[in-house]
Amino acid sequence: MMQRTIPIAILCLSGAIMVAAYFISSAQSWGETVTTWFNILAAVAFVLGAGNLIAMNLEKISSQRAGWGYAAITLVSFAFMLVVGLFKIGAVPNDKHPDIHFAGSYDSAASPFGWMYDFVMSPLTATMFALLAFYVASAAFRAFRAKNTESILLLGTAFIVLLAQTAAGMFLTGWIPEESAFAFLRLDKIKAGIIEHVQTAGMRAIMIGIALGIAAMSLRLILGIDRSYLSKN
Amino acid sequence: MQRTTSARGITALVAISAALLAPCTVAMAQAGDAVAAPEHGWFRTDRGALYATLVVVGIAIVVAIVRARAGHPVKIRRMPALEAVDEAIGRATEMGRPVFFIPGIQDMTDIQTVAGVTILGRVARTAAEYDAKLEVPTSRSIVMSAARDIVQAAHFEAGRPDTFDAGRINYITDEQFGYVAAVTGSMMREKPAACFYMGAFYAESLLFAENGNSIGAIQIAGTAEPSQLPFFVAACDYTLIGEEFFAASAYLSGERVQLGSIQGQDIGKILAVGLIAIGVVLGTIAAFDPGGSTETAFDNLKSLIGG
Amino acid sequence: MTNPQYIGGIRGFFARLGGIDRRWIFLAMGLSIAIPILLKLRFPEYPGPMAKATFAAVESVPEGSTVLLSFDYDPASAAELQPMANALVHHCASRNLKIVFMALWPLGKQQADRTIETVLKPLHPGYSEGTDYVQLGFQAGNEGVIKVMATNLSKQFPNDANGKPLGDIPLLKNAKDLGEFKLVASISAGYPGAKEWVQYGNGAMPDAFEVVSGSTGVQVGQLLPYYPKQMEGLLVAVKGAAEYEMLVEGKYPAANPELLGQGRVRMGPQLVAHLLMIALIVLGNIAMIAGRPRGGAR
Repeated sequence: MMQRTIPIAILCLSGAIMVAAYFISSAQSWGETVTTWFNILAAVAFVLGAGNLIAMNLEKISSQRAGWGYAAITLVSFAFMLVVGLFKIGAVPNDKHPDIHFAGSYDSAASPFGWMYDFVMSPLTATMFALLAFYVASAAFRAFRAKNTESILLLGTAFIVLLAQTAAGMFLTGWIPEESAFAFLRLDKIKAGIIEHVQTAGMRAIMIGIALGIAAMSLRLILGIDRSYLSKN
Repeated sequence: MQRTTSARGITALVAISAALLAPCTVAMAQAGDAVAAPEHGWFRTDRGALYATLVVVGIAIVVAIVRARAGHPVKIRRMPALEAVDEAIGRATEMGRPVFFIPGIQDMTDIQTVAGVTILGRVARTAAEYDAKLEVPTSRSIVMSAARDIVQAAHFEAGRPDTFDAGRINYITDEQFGYVAAVTGSMMREKPAACFYMGAFYAESLLFAENGNSIGAIQIAGTAEPSQLPFFVAACDYTLIGEEFFAASAYLSGERVQLGSIQGQDIGKILAVGLIAIGVVLGTIAAFDPGGSTETAFDNLKSLIGG
Repeated sequence: MTNPQYIGGIRGFFARLGGIDRRWIFLAMGLSIAIPILLKLRFPEYPGPMAKATFAAVESVPEGSTVLLSFDYDPASAAELQPMANALVHHCASRNLKIVFMALWPLGKQQADRTIETVLKPLHPGYSEGTDYVQLGFQAGNEGVIKVMATNLSKQFPNDANGKPLGDIPLLKNAKDLGEFKLVASISAGYPGAKEWVQYGNGAMPDAFEVVSGSTGVQVGQLLPYYPKQMEGLLVAVKGAAEYEMLVEGKYPAANPELLGQGRVRMGPQLVAHLLMIALIVLGNIAMIAGRPRGGAR
């Protein structure tokens, strides 16, 4: 029973404190304290995660499972960055204390840590993000079909925004004077109207629903009604 | 007797509402013109409207829960995405392929991750019953710990404690695209038959969904990130949009008390729609009658709601 | 739908196109981005109202004032956001504004360092650290950082990124809170970012400073409700960056234009890629129509 009661009590108490901290001026620091406690927990849990990462990848290598080469690369990269950062290998010496090794900056551009960031980390994350361009194209080809009225409206909107976001928009309708009665036919105006009115209205409606959903779920959790996040043992 | 109980209940409700709203009204009365001042009293009067809304919505939810507990019928519409959970896991079992559950890339401080992890419990129980392999790669250590606990409990509940394998619930990395690369790589190698994306996602949403599509997996997504919803809707078979995602854990539980809270949040929605309608009417009339009483009422409504 | 294999002629050809291997689509997209870059295709840009509003917001800050630039993104979004960050830094430095750099994302500090090394130092060699600009670095805590800065700057940042106490930095030794800054600019890729700056920064001190933001295209929907009242300027994606670059370059030409033209460089591939997407959508619909059975279901 204590295994369930204590977590529920902690959740109720911290939830109530966070709500109170938002509305009561003198309780504001309590909310920051709760957040700090969580950050401490997360930092400790990170050790757990790192241990699991090492164990899982070692197991993958030893059992030669599919993709074990990637596990080896993961472990080597993890060890390299940890050692280089922790022991400040190749760190740029500190101007005020050049004789003290650990006074140097480990993450400056001239250090190995900085090189790894600039020449490995940066290009890799940018590459992964760039994959989105290809996936958007294949998703558009597969999913944007005019099957009913709503999808036709969606297609029309997509064409307008796609054209207006580039020089093609100005090429096609930029010749219409901005002050004329037909200025509303300019693609940039239509795009602005779609984004500022239609999209914003839809986004606000979704956000109101989300806010209410969060309120209801939070209340269920704080009142202890929803306990599905707990072990039932 | 029932009428007496209802009268007592209503009286109690009025008393509780007055008690909860009292700090707000007292502080606002005392603050007067100081509402706009940067120095606040003990109660943040600049957030008074939000507090009042919170109290009203909260009471509506509690009332709905109490009514559900008392036996009043609770009608919730069908959510196809949640009804497809069993079908998706069954398909994975038949094909002998694993099920992937991705609880988002945020930590347990994000309510979306909590919602995702509670859905994981239901999915894990069904997977245990069907003897399907469930993989849960996580982006945060605490989420990994919580997920392991929940999946283990689900296996116990399903009467299959021996089939629980903690090695299938792993921490990958906190780094967003490192996590994406690892998970999509696993998806391409292991070819899951069903993929669940339940939690907070950002740019990686389309990467997951398109990869899942390329391997022919049935995909069910749920998130409250408005900017990622279009990608999931375009690429997944079923999507839980915004509040449906938060209602999912209550829906899947089937408990009347939890379903009652969904009814309560609908009352909050009615309140929001009502205020919007009043504001639209007042604003439209004020546009034709500038400087009149309608414009004053409209300005008062704006400052009351907007602060 | 009829199996495309059993449809002959042109109709059959288009019907079968609907099942094209996605790798051909990837190849087409790759070429549509690579060719404009290699051929250095450039197109004219016409600044829109939001880019003009951002420009005007920075122009309205009195010379010599201090501004805060928050780099809330990482290398993944740098392709979209770095050009506007570069242009913003050049704009501020050209107006002799004192710049304070910080980051709410762990890798944002490195992005700010990159901007300082590649734009600020080469184009404004007279700017010296400590008196004209300060790098505060990254602080964990998401919106909690902004909340604390709104009341006590030195509590949140006791030192700068080099470990120097704030009290020893001439630019910030008398700074108490966010009110020290006349403008706060957030280059934002998500959470925490521009929305948090509006909610917790502007919300705490409504008239103390102006807020402008540069954001990725995908999250602009969440920021538009704040424009123009709580957020005076908003740059959206590469297009916003290109428009803003044009405005800044027009009034403050850079000694090395290549450093500030990346937004406009990227608009060339964007045009071709968008046209390809439109073509793919049209092709997909033609394939769908061609694949439909004629005269009732079969």
